[in-house]
Amino acid sequence: MPGAALGRGVAVAYLSIVALIPLAAVVFKSLENGTDGFWTAVSNPQAVAALKLTLIVSVIVVLINALFGTLIAWVLVRDEFPGKSIVNSLIDLPFALPTIVAGLTLLAFYGPDSPVGVNVAFTRTAVAMALLFVTLPFVVRAVQPVLLELDREMEEAAESLGASRATVFRRIILPNLAPAIIAGGGLAFARAVGEFGSLVLITGNLPFKTEAASFFIFSQVESDNPVGASAVSVVLLVVALVVLLIFGWMSKRALRHEE
Amino acid sequence: MRSRYALRFLALGYLALLLGIPVALVFVNAFQDGIGPAWDAVSTPEAQHAFYLTLVMVAVTVPLNTIFGVLAALAIVRQRFRGRALLNAAIDLPFAVSPVVVGLALLLVYGSRDGWIGDWLAEHGIRIIFSTPGMILATMFVSLPFVVRETIPVLREIGTDQEQAAATLGAGPLQTFFRVTLPAIRWGVAYGIVLTTARALGEFGAVSVVSGKLSGQTETATLYVENRFQRFDETGAYAASVVLALLALVTLLAMNVIKPKEARA
Repeated sequence: MPGAALGRGVAVAYLSIVALIPLAAVVFKSLENGTDGFWTAVSNPQAVAALKLTLIVSVIVVLINALFGTLIAWVLVRDEFPGKSIVNSLIDLPFALPTIVAGLTLLAFYGPDSPVGVNVAFTRTAVAMALLFVTLPFVVRAVQPVLLELDREMEEAAESLGASRATVFRRIILPNLAPAIIAGGGLAFARAVGEFGSLVLITGNLPFKTEAASFFIFSQVESDNPVGASAVSVVLLVVALVVLLIFGWMSKRALRHEE
Repeated sequence: MRSRYALRFLALGYLALLLGIPVALVFVNAFQDGIGPAWDAVSTPEAQHAFYLTLVMVAVTVPLNTIFGVLAALAIVRQRFRGRALLNAAIDLPFAVSPVVVGLALLLVYGSRDGWIGDWLAEHGIRIIFSTPGMILATMFVSLPFVVRETIPVLREIGTDQEQAAATLGAGPLQTFFRVTLPAIRWGVAYGIVLTTARALGEFGAVSVVSGKLSGQTETATLYVENRFQRFDETGAYAASVVLALLALVTLLAMNVIKPKEARA
């Protein structure tokens, strides 16, 4: 069908012009001074510090998300309380709210003018909080549908055979939820390592302290070092893609294990 | 039963401390000097221009990404060709790319000094970086996957029976698409459009890198918030944020209206 081929061609051309060719330019730029130039740029102490901060905080954020995301999904599915549907729809707010507003929001409550006297501005805690804010929906939204579909009879059977609630959770519920928790966690991680907007106002971007990898890239662009900026970008991109691949694979494995 | 209340308390407490109270506080801070100053802050020429520019981003990005999204979803679900899995994977790439890297990538193609075609563009007097076209490209990049991702499952779900029936009855491919396929997938597409719009309204990092941040010229609403805050005009920053937050709430509402219908389809 010529029409179908045309549509496909337009889609591929659009994707290439908007996304693929520019990304290829980043990869080429990072290798402009050879692999030596790449390593020099990536092993710059400030770059290393920024990448380390981003990776460590992202791992912590994913773990907290796995815990609280699952808890929130659980409460939204298994619990009943007034206003539940409103709470449920507000979960997506971090996806809808512009990231710069998310940062301002956190600064209003946890900044120097905090009404409760908690000031985390310009600390690593602020980096973690901003990332927690923007990644909140991933695990909740991944776990919720699985929990809805989960067969309650399995749990009741286990309980009638004398299993404690903790055992039921550990042996029956958790294995069923694991693929969704892992999948949501992978998306949250990919989002966290690249996050920029929500960090602008609240972290101060102090090199070696609160400067995330995305900010290091930004500062290198501003100070006219495109090769250094590109090299760190490539590292960030590879980390995000590898984590997505691994988490996707783990999620599928957990799914098969369950069957 | 006590554990049930403990879990509820923990979950709602977490949401309130991370999300609910801080967002509510933005509204309080915007109106701390009354409605007048807040209104004045978002009706200055710079603020108006910033919101206008944000609308331009949405008006150009959303239709283009919607057409691309439907075409790509059709190709991935309905066609068999080499590289189909690759195309499917490549579409998700923007989700794994930092917004700053998006901006950098555009600089390296279109920038006047570092760009692959920068010299050629300069010779022909075409300005992309530090001007609206570059900002539109950045917005297109970051919001690229949404329509595709929301359309693919719906397209799989509806199958090809009705399309084949229409073809048997003599409908051409275009007629089949507009009369049969599109009505069946419209809620999936609509959901993708809502997500694309939200992202286009709120993009900051990618646009920030390629905009040059000229107040009143290349400053979108989100850049305006940063600018005001850094100039110690907190009322201005909070007031513009309230407008953006209200748009986000409208988006949420639209998501809630559309989502159940999509599930029913």
